[in-house]
Amino acid sequence: MTQISRRQFLAAGGSVSLAVALSGCGSPIATSFTGAQPKTADVIFWHLFGGGDGENMGTMVRDYQKSSGQSVESTLLSWGNPFYTKLALSTSSGRPPDVTVAHLSRVPLLAQADLLTPVADQFRAVGVTQDKFTPAAWDKATVDGTTYAVPIDTHPFVLFYNTALAAKAGLLDATGENLKPMKNSDDFVAALQAMKDANGSDFAAVATITADPSTCWRFFLMIYSGLAGPIVSELGTKVTIDRSAMEETFAFMQNLTQGQKLMPANATATTTTTLFSQGRVGFLFDGVWQIPTYREIKGLELNVVPFPALLGPEPVAYADSHALVIPTSPGRSATRSADSVDFVKGLLDQSLIWADGGHIPAWLPVQESQEFLELKPQSNYTEAAFNAVYDPPGWYTGAGSDFQTAMGSVIASVLTGGTDPKAGVDAMTTSLKTFSTARPPV
Amino acid sequence: MTATTLPAPVTGTDIKERSITASGPPRGENRAGWLFATPFLAFYIAFLIGPVLVGLVISLFNTTTVRAGVGDWVGFSNYADVLSNGDFWASMWHSVLFTLLTTPFLVLLPMLFAVLASRIARNQWFFRLAFFAPYVVPSAAVCLIFAFMYTPETGLITNAFSWVGLTAPDFFGSTSGAWFAVVLLTVWWTFGFNFILYTAAIQEISEEVYEAATIDGAGPWQQIRHITIPLLRPTLGLVLVLQVLSSLKVFDQIYILLAGGPAYSTRPVIQYIFDTGFGAYRGGYAAAATMVYFVILVLISAAWFLIRRRSNSANA
Repeated sequence: MTQISRRQFLAAGGSVSLAVALSGCGSPIATSFTGAQPKTADVIFWHLFGGGDGENMGTMVRDYQKSSGQSVESTLLSWGNPFYTKLALSTSSGRPPDVTVAHLSRVPLLAQADLLTPVADQFRAVGVTQDKFTPAAWDKATVDGTTYAVPIDTHPFVLFYNTALAAKAGLLDATGENLKPMKNSDDFVAALQAMKDANGSDFAAVATITADPSTCWRFFLMIYSGLAGPIVSELGTKVTIDRSAMEETFAFMQNLTQGQKLMPANATATTTTTLFSQGRVGFLFDGVWQIPTYREIKGLELNVVPFPALLGPEPVAYADSHALVIPTSPGRSATRSADSVDFVKGLLDQSLIWADGGHIPAWLPVQESQEFLELKPQSNYTEAAFNAVYDPPGWYTGAGSDFQTAMGSVIASVLTGGTDPKAGVDAMTTSLKTFSTARPPV
Repeated sequence: MTATTLPAPVTGTDIKERSITASGPPRGENRAGWLFATPFLAFYIAFLIGPVLVGLVISLFNTTTVRAGVGDWVGFSNYADVLSNGDFWASMWHSVLFTLLTTPFLVLLPMLFAVLASRIARNQWFFRLAFFAPYVVPSAAVCLIFAFMYTPETGLITNAFSWVGLTAPDFFGSTSGAWFAVVLLTVWWTFGFNFILYTAAIQEISEEVYEAATIDGAGPWQQIRHITIPLLRPTLGLVLVLQVLSSLKVFDQIYILLAGGPAYSTRPVIQYIFDTGFGAYRGGYAAAATMVYFVILVLISAAWFLIRRRSNSANA
């Protein structure tokens, strides 16, 4: 047996690993040198769903692969600011995924920066057109007249209630299932008061206020939007707060936690789950994505409905939507583009599976299907998708943004009684100023 | 008083000798020296000098991380914006506060334990290893472990408070609790590095000094007080400046454990730069913030250097 010197060994090892790395020009290492897209699958897909949503998305991707024969490489990335950083940087450096999930509230900036391909022309051929989507979602996907995203759902902020407790408080109608209609904030507050009195509990309702600025923001924007328009305009560079509407909103919210003490002013996510799942409060204000959290709890019978009109004349639902977008890539071939479009259509057709997570399908063929109408409680709040108010368009707004954190912190201090409504308006204005006066990146 | 050997005053002969050595080694050797340094220099230029220059340039432009190119020329307005931004100064203060909270522990405790460990007669290696081991654990692992232990209701540290009849602070929900959490983690985690510096310095102290002291009848405590600690003073100075600089650079622990929360009340300046540069895509502005922070660090180092030099020359 011949002896191999260390040099020979290292040289052999080196050339083997180089050969492996470069074999096939589609390998990610090789393409990272040439600047082309890796071609490890027909469609490269990024999403941000963990937990139950992640499982549902996994099922949808698997079903699509089986039925279409296309290969999809699906990557789960942790959501929030880092997700949008990765998406923006990968796209601006020319190596984006073929299809990715984005929140509609985040689309304005991505579109302004030319990071997304327009939807209309490439999707018309497969029958994905405006008339088959919830109008509010499609509008939000449209920036300056061009649509950049295919909405897959609407997930509004809604009213959960414990059916047994609501019955005891005499809040249910003849069906024994649904709440008696409420027309305005007086009806709403009266219902909360009745819930508290009838059940002899400390509180009637709960929302996660502590360390959850996004929930505070959703709660606030829903009420405020009944009275006034967006708090910023011109892509976030102009503050358009309606002071009296905001003061009225703050006063109404503070009355719930401080004045009539209908809900706790300090509640972490754990407090909220405990209070509602143990039946210590009858109402929960939260997003529809929380339905899976409570659905499995034994002895808890719940229903979910849209909020009634509160301060304004019409009911308003704060919402966001998940959407599918095709990031701009100069190197993407026509075949890959067609595959991507086909994949997006495939996911839309399966949005019934997606609805399991509490989301309202934005794709009307599914939303109006018998199967979805039978899905409870999801089909109870379809109306909320049509009354949806999203984050105001801006380069800094949107799901998980610093903006929501900053706004939510002011709202939380109003809810905990640390700031009175008038001072809250001032704090909100000051806080907004740091965003509106910053030089926009686009 | 101090044990540092100070350079002797420069005399005429010294200058002469120096000028001879300054002509340096023969040319061939010189070239080999540069050749050997090339790999390092290439990396140094590519990953340190280069990015600093790029940063300097883009801090004068409205560069964004969502588009290629440097964007529009904006002069020094990014700097003006940074200097007048409350969030920047708040995060700067958080970095300083973190430094003030951690430095005393990380300078004095390792000294104490290094001195104690050096007095142990047997199996000293075990104590050195035990104190140093946490330092080699990656920040992400440390933070995940501590996050488990800080969990409300179920965490080990949360429960430990109740064993002694105290209520644990809200480690993630309150500002003071968050600072407590991150300082405790940091002290445990980075303790080992300073410990090793002190241990090395203690080993430098000649045995003969201790022998002489023993013969003169000094007990262990007197030896520590009058020999070890005075001779550790130069190391103490070194550890102090290294610690201040590395504490001002804090990012990992606070970002992973708290994400700068609650409500940005612990966000350090590096995270502010990261958030504006990558989260808000404002590359030029973040570069300007980096430069301001860089200048502040240089000023602190320079001030430290001047103070040292003055005290050294006062001693001479």
